[in-house]
Amino acid sequence: MKVDAPLQCPRLFRNGMIYFNNVSKVYRDAAALLDVTFTVEAGEFVSVVGHSGAGKTTLTKMILADENPTNGTVFFESINVHKLKSKDLTDLRRRIGMVFQDFRLLPNKTAYENIAFAMEAVGKTDEEIRSDVPHVLELVDLGHRHSHFPSQLSGGEKQRLAIARAIINQPELIIADEPTGNLDPVNTHEIVQILKKINDLGTTIILTTHNRGVIDSVGKRVITMENGKIIRDTKHEK
Amino acid sequence: MTLTVLKRIIRSGLLSFKRSGLVSWAAVLVVTITLSVITLIIFLQAILNFSLSQIKDKVDVTIYFTVGAPEEKIEALQSSLEKLPEVASVSYTSADEALALFRERHKSDYPTIQALDEIGENPLGAYLNIKAKEVSQYESIANFLKSDNALVLGSASIIDKVNYYQNKLVIDRLNTIISGAQKLGFLITLILVIISIIITFNTIRLTIFISKEEISVMRLVGASKAQVRGPFMIEGVIYGIIATLITVFLFWPAAAWVGSNMTNFLGIDMYSYYLSNFFQIFAILLLSGIILGIISSILAARRYLNK
Repeated sequence: MKVDAPLQCPRLFRNGMIYFNNVSKVYRDAAALLDVTFTVEAGEFVSVVGHSGAGKTTLTKMILADENPTNGTVFFESINVHKLKSKDLTDLRRRIGMVFQDFRLLPNKTAYENIAFAMEAVGKTDEEIRSDVPHVLELVDLGHRHSHFPSQLSGGEKQRLAIARAIINQPELIIADEPTGNLDPVNTHEIVQILKKINDLGTTIILTTHNRGVIDSVGKRVITMENGKIIRDTKHEK
Repeated sequence: MTLTVLKRIIRSGLLSFKRSGLVSWAAVLVVTITLSVITLIIFLQAILNFSLSQIKDKVDVTIYFTVGAPEEKIEALQSSLEKLPEVASVSYTSADEALALFRERHKSDYPTIQALDEIGENPLGAYLNIKAKEVSQYESIANFLKSDNALVLGSASIIDKVNYYQNKLVIDRLNTIISGAQKLGFLITLILVIISIIITFNTIRLTIFISKEEISVMRLVGASKAQVRGPFMIEGVIYGIIATLITVFLFWPAAAWVGSNMTNFLGIDMYSYYLSNFFQIFAILLLSGIILGIISSILAARRYLNK
């Protein structure tokens, strides 16, 4: 990955996976993020909690360079993600798994094809796809639904499929933006357990939610946001 | 791009076309309409060109020679006229042939034939009939006859008259009409083609707009621009191929009907024209359909690919 030398991460934070350095994002009439600074170490499970409009989603979009900051810099493994060229940005996104509240599955592809597409995107061979996709579908208990389209799956199944897609390429980081927002308590519990298992295997996870119950269930580091600012950053043990 | 990536893009494009159902067929319908407009334009151009060539064929210039003009001088003039790049053909009619033709033309006109018999000898001179490649070139041929070149051949003394000067007004007006008809035909073609392209482009843009979210998800899971754009291009190619097949299939009976019912009116048998130019028309439509589909897809997808 190509890096502009002056845009390297400050030495103090180079061991962190993600480093937000005084990041602000101001839209025409409102500030979504205000002077946000924090670090996420590799292997951490960080829950970002806050009400709607607190800036949680904007924060996750910054990591993916889906939004550009008005001020400040976002580093992923010492690289300023907003200075990356299109091809390098594609490479970065391949190292991050995404899970969204609205699932964002490909509607014209079956459960199998949704996961296969993520593998095709990173250049995996047909043999790898044929061997890994059924395995990961079984892992999220969707083996019997492999030929179903997203419209034929329940909310919980869609989210499990989205998680399967996020983990298939063994990413270093998974960003789950309100993954339980559209789910009932049973499915919410299931999704949280899956994410915790993934984290136990060493993958860094950033989870945004407005649900205190989810935070309690995760029981790890919690960043609390309000009006675009971090108001609390605590270790939360169950 | 590796063969595997290409294979996946083609497979994905085919599947997407199949699964998009009505949206895909709506795009095919619009491309079919565009290709039908192009086919109609090809037909109209053929009718226009045929009619214009019929009119052009009726225009010529005749040089009438004096009675008793020596044949070798006429032949010398004929050969130098044939060398002119503007001249399509020169036909020579001798004085005797001219008389025979005159008699044939007036065989039922008894007083004229009687008067001719009373003269005893042939009062008519030989003549050269000249056809130019283009109607606009008759003037330069007439100018040649007035020029020094013709005088050198000694033809000035043997030429009785050149009918170009009598027909000049008609020829000039005809020339204006032909050139106007060609320009108008070109303008109408251009306008129709532009309208069709805009409609097709907007329809394909709409089909891709429906997939806007899908494109952003593909990009977020790390798909390259080529991996996202590729299947849309393949869909564009499929629109073009299917629309071409539908168009040539629809125009087959249409051309047959026009050929059997309107040949007298149009002066050209459209069915024969369609059959004899089938592969050319097919190639034009296929190429237009595919290029239109691909370019529209690239332009429409580009908008959502910039993130």
